[in-house]
Amino acid sequence: MQTKSTLTRRRFAAGFALGSVALALPMPSAAFTENDAQALIDKVVVDINAVINSGKDLPGMIKDFERIFGRYADVPVIARSVLGVAARSATPAQMTAFTRAFQSYISVKYGRRFREFIGGSISVVETQPLKSYFEVETMVTLAGQSPFDVRWHVSDKSGKHLFFNIIIEGINLLVSERTEIGAMLDRQKGSIDGLIAEMQRV
Amino acid sequence: MNVIFTSTHAKKPRFLGIFVALAILAGCAGPTSEIYDPSEQLNRQFHTVNIGLDRAVLRPIATATVRPGGGPVSQGVLNFANNLSGPSTVLNNLLQLRLGQAVENTLKFAINTTIGIGGLFNPAKAMGLNGRDSDFGETLHVWGFGEGAYLEPPVIGPTTARDLSGLVVDIVINPLQIWLPAPESYVGTVAGAASKVIYRGRFVQTVDSVLYESADSYAQARILFLQNRRFELGQKAGSDDMIDPYEDFYAN
Repeated sequence: MQTKSTLTRRRFAAGFALGSVALALPMPSAAFTENDAQALIDKVVVDINAVINSGKDLPGMIKDFERIFGRYADVPVIARSVLGVAARSATPAQMTAFTRAFQSYISVKYGRRFREFIGGSISVVETQPLKSYFEVETMVTLAGQSPFDVRWHVSDKSGKHLFFNIIIEGINLLVSERTEIGAMLDRQKGSIDGLIAEMQRV
Repeated sequence: MNVIFTSTHAKKPRFLGIFVALAILAGCAGPTSEIYDPSEQLNRQFHTVNIGLDRAVLRPIATATVRPGGGPVSQGVLNFANNLSGPSTVLNNLLQLRLGQAVENTLKFAINTTIGIGGLFNPAKAMGLNGRDSDFGETLHVWGFGEGAYLEPPVIGPTTARDLSGLVVDIVINPLQIWLPAPESYVGTVAGAASKVIYRGRFVQTVDSVLYESADSYAQARILFLQNRRFELGQKAGSDDMIDPYEDFYAN
């Protein structure tokens, strides 16, 4: 940014001093901005638009969605969150198996849903800070229908910029899947191994 | 607002319905960010009835007449039904003192009824007038009434005490019902039923996945309805509804 202005010695000194202060202060999230969050969803949107207009069959599209999910979503955190309190008693091996089962379950479920988006397009509207993360608002336009609202929650807490929630017209993935996974777990009488086996069948 | 309310009441005894509904509501101002479902057992029985109705009636008719995504005919019926609800929407906009929306929805109704040939087409949209539907359930929300209990009555499906009261009031105060003579006034009801069929057919897979593929379709329908309705009413889900899973971690 300084490239066009003349960098005097005094300015350099001032900038250097400010820079050292910034380095000294504990600001872990200072590097993560609205622009970063939006940049991530820009990429997601480009990839999803490519998939829904690729003309691929459903299994092909679902495979693509699983790849998008794996690349841009914080799947371990989503999986842990939807498992709720049961996650605390799960062994690391069970968590790994559950996370893997959850990734393909969610890709199939949401991949099917995105099939209704064929021929449509998604565009980014705006980004705003929320709690410790950012909410990127996108709009889905489908032929012959009123556009609808899809929001993505993006965090850097994993060490990378990843999304951890999708909200479609107010319907929140984490909340809805907590209900669903909770019901599946109840049906398995609380057995996490039973739950993993059931999810692999879906 | 009060003036409109009392003067209409004075003219039409059937506006008593509003007060009955409001009296019911007064007793049920439940929490808004959580699920409040005190009659869950009864609701679950009705849910089973509704699943049966879907399997036997709604889904077969919908899949036989509407293809996924819908076509121009079903779009025309949806436009027609939506246009018929225009006067009712405008009335509610006025009751909510949302005058800008009242004007926009009035223009939309006028344009679509005339240029749009009785509402079969939606030329208002092309002119940038999207409009926004409203109902008395929303009016009650604007007036400060709480959501009340979650309910799933037969045929009506997922709703809340506030929205169910609103539905009753909407039927009573619907301007079309008041303006039109008896047989014509039912056209709105018929068009409303037709649009239910069309939506079922258009989103056949999504609805099927909720009703027939969920581990607990009652709980799933309930959470989906409540989240979507709260979003529609502009209750900023942002504050306490949103989960920060990273925060949960550190709390564990």
